[in-house]
Amino acid sequence: MLPNQLQADQFAAYPPQARRLAQSNLAAFQQLPLSFLPGLLRELIEYDYKFPAERSAIDKELANLSSLSSDQLKEWFHAFFPLTLSPRLEGLDWINRPSQFLEQESAYLWSTHQLDAFRQAATEYGDRLRTALPVESLPMRRLGICVIGQGVSSYDAGLFRNLRAHGTYFGQVKPERGFDLLVDAVETRARAYPIPYAHWYVDGGHQVRQTPALTTVGYRALEPVRSNLLRYMQTEIARPGMGPEQLRTDLARLAPSELGMDKSGDAVLDRFQVRLFTEGSGTQIFSTTFAQWTTREALRRAQPLTLLVRFAPRQRQRPMNELLSSSDASPELDPIGSLVDADMAAYYHWINQQRLPGAEQSSFLVWFEGQNEALVVAPSLPRGAQTSSPKDLKELVELATS
Amino acid sequence: MGRSALPDDFMKRLSGMGALSPRDAARDLGRTRRDFLRDAAGMAVGSSLMSVSPFVRAATAVKKRKVIVITFGGGARDQETFAPEGQGNIPHMLGELIPQSSFFTQVTNHGILGHYVATASLATGVYETLNNFAAVPPGHPTIFEYFRKDLKRPVSDAWVVAPSNGFNRIGESESRSYGPGLGARVVLPKHLLSAASSGSRAGYEHLLHDNYETPLYAPQISGGEFELKQLDTILKLSVDDFTSHAKTLSSPDELSVYIAKRLMREESPSLLWITMHDIDIAHSGAYSLYVDAIRRTDRLCAELWKAAQQEPEYAGNTTLLILPDFGRDGDQDPGGNGFQHHRTGDPASRTTWMMAMGAGVRPGVVYDSPLQSIDLVPSIGAMMGFSAAQAQGKPIKELL
Repeated sequence: MLPNQLQADQFAAYPPQARRLAQSNLAAFQQLPLSFLPGLLRELIEYDYKFPAERSAIDKELANLSSLSSDQLKEWFHAFFPLTLSPRLEGLDWINRPSQFLEQESAYLWSTHQLDAFRQAATEYGDRLRTALPVESLPMRRLGICVIGQGVSSYDAGLFRNLRAHGTYFGQVKPERGFDLLVDAVETRARAYPIPYAHWYVDGGHQVRQTPALTTVGYRALEPVRSNLLRYMQTEIARPGMGPEQLRTDLARLAPSELGMDKSGDAVLDRFQVRLFTEGSGTQIFSTTFAQWTTREALRRAQPLTLLVRFAPRQRQRPMNELLSSSDASPELDPIGSLVDADMAAYYHWINQQRLPGAEQSSFLVWFEGQNEALVVAPSLPRGAQTSSPKDLKELVELATS
Repeated sequence: MGRSALPDDFMKRLSGMGALSPRDAARDLGRTRRDFLRDAAGMAVGSSLMSVSPFVRAATAVKKRKVIVITFGGGARDQETFAPEGQGNIPHMLGELIPQSSFFTQVTNHGILGHYVATASLATGVYETLNNFAAVPPGHPTIFEYFRKDLKRPVSDAWVVAPSNGFNRIGESESRSYGPGLGARVVLPKHLLSAASSGSRAGYEHLLHDNYETPLYAPQISGGEFELKQLDTILKLSVDDFTSHAKTLSSPDELSVYIAKRLMREESPSLLWITMHDIDIAHSGAYSLYVDAIRRTDRLCAELWKAAQQEPEYAGNTTLLILPDFGRDGDQDPGGNGFQHHRTGDPASRTTWMMAMGAGVRPGVVYDSPLQSIDLVPSIGAMMGFSAAQAQGKPIKELL
């Protein structure tokens, strides 16, 4: 089936808000190329469980598409139309299972050497959409904070290497009460602008304190979910005929309640957390990977104004089968390796933050926990500089946001 | 078929790389490597040095020539290898191998970026489209079939040391004119170890890790009578010696190199292909483990070359080629997650390098003319005197 054959009742299985949006934009959908539309539907079908920032982006994109004439749509999607898909792909249920369609489409584009053309078309579309949509100003400067190196008392190989060119290095940080000061600062920002899902605290270990003002995600707090998922994966892997693609498809269908999450919880956040484990690679086994991927996904999806991330030591590398079995309740830790992981993750945190609106005014702070080293990237601070001026973490946050 | 994912959130956030076309970005990656090598290792830029082929001078040695190919496996990026910030991770290649090498700065892979399918493409000279996660033979004749059929070589003269379950069919295609009976023998060291240890994993778990590309899916390794026979009759290793030595090794690639060295001693194949894989631990998202694996692979490449120099059958008549199957995603590509995967098809994931050294190769030269990874097979064909008839790449003129 092709998009021009779409009917409103074919969206009957969509959740209520997603269904309403699909049906009200049907005329535009009917004119879109099949190589593009399922990607849009993959976002839309989850609309009811998305963060406000994501909903707003979908709303704007759909409004833009529906405002275009037929000729304009052809022009906007001119690079997608030449891409050829197979009859088998056309026969898939891409309306109700867009993610599975995209898996198959991806394989087809790779095997027919069309991926580069697709990539180019997607880039052009993204750039054009960004230009067409109005940019809303942020209520406050975006701030990212990354705390790395828990459990490491000294490290001589040099930290923040990728970030130094972009900010100011502080070599005389006063570490006393450092993390508490950071949480205090984040809570203050959350109270000043109490917007849902705008202020986050992600911890790769145990959360230091529950704070209702913040959206919190913690690796240890999710241990029951992770254990349930690993058990599920072990069972699935043992099934005859199971392969990695089928496993990925099965994981994508898991609902929070199937992994033991309370049905009375925050449906949006619960689904987000399940996706961290089912869509992330390595999040199930390494806490550093979990914290990095959570950071990336929170920024990409929720676009928080404040994101505090604290890394904790991950378990030492063992064979994957053993890691997946999760049989050892107290695994040996690798603090130094985790510090190296987190140092790179801090760089990715900053990169991902800079992709969001308001990047030129955004600030970023990374601190070697309990130690004297930190780096701040902020519009008001020089790049590639270093200072021995003693500052505590509260003062560094103030510098970053002033 | 096997796949890598579509670029994440591809519709909305592909930005930031707009300044350079993919071709320009690939060229710049190659140029960075060239400049770095010229500065750091004092290597000459090759375009000014092209003259008579070193192979012409070495023509009398063609009959004895041996070629070893190492895929610097698992996908490694510039910034962790040949870019200035990565040089600390490859001290052996920089200090020991590069001065002996012709270095090609810009090798592009236009195919599917999955490890089995990409390695199969390297081995056939054609961008294969097979299922990356299935044990299926390549769709086109492999280098081993060309070599054995054209040069009438016995099966013992072409060997593959491969890392995981999925690679056990890489030795020969299903081509009608080549195919069954004309391919290479494939040894899977982990299967050997599994068989030798009678299925007990105790003490060897770290060597039996099979697949990093899909950390969510880790199939069990198995080995049986066939593997034990390989161990005894070909590698001349007792079960006790093998298992004892395995306990001194730290990774699957170390096991592969150990087996490769035994093969060189006992079988002395003229064409030996070793696929490394440790680096692919990057899929777990742990940057430190990825960098550790690069350092290990760097050391193992030098170790293998040193071993070749010490084997009478190889010393002085062996050409070694080292190249990654492909790179990994760039930090700046919003469709990926940096070093973790190779899914975007961006220039960083498609553009790699190649080192050639040993017999017939001009040492200390950097070439930055663009090559494709499928040029490898016809180039080796030209070196060894066989025709890669169905390969779609072209011989690398700097090696002829």
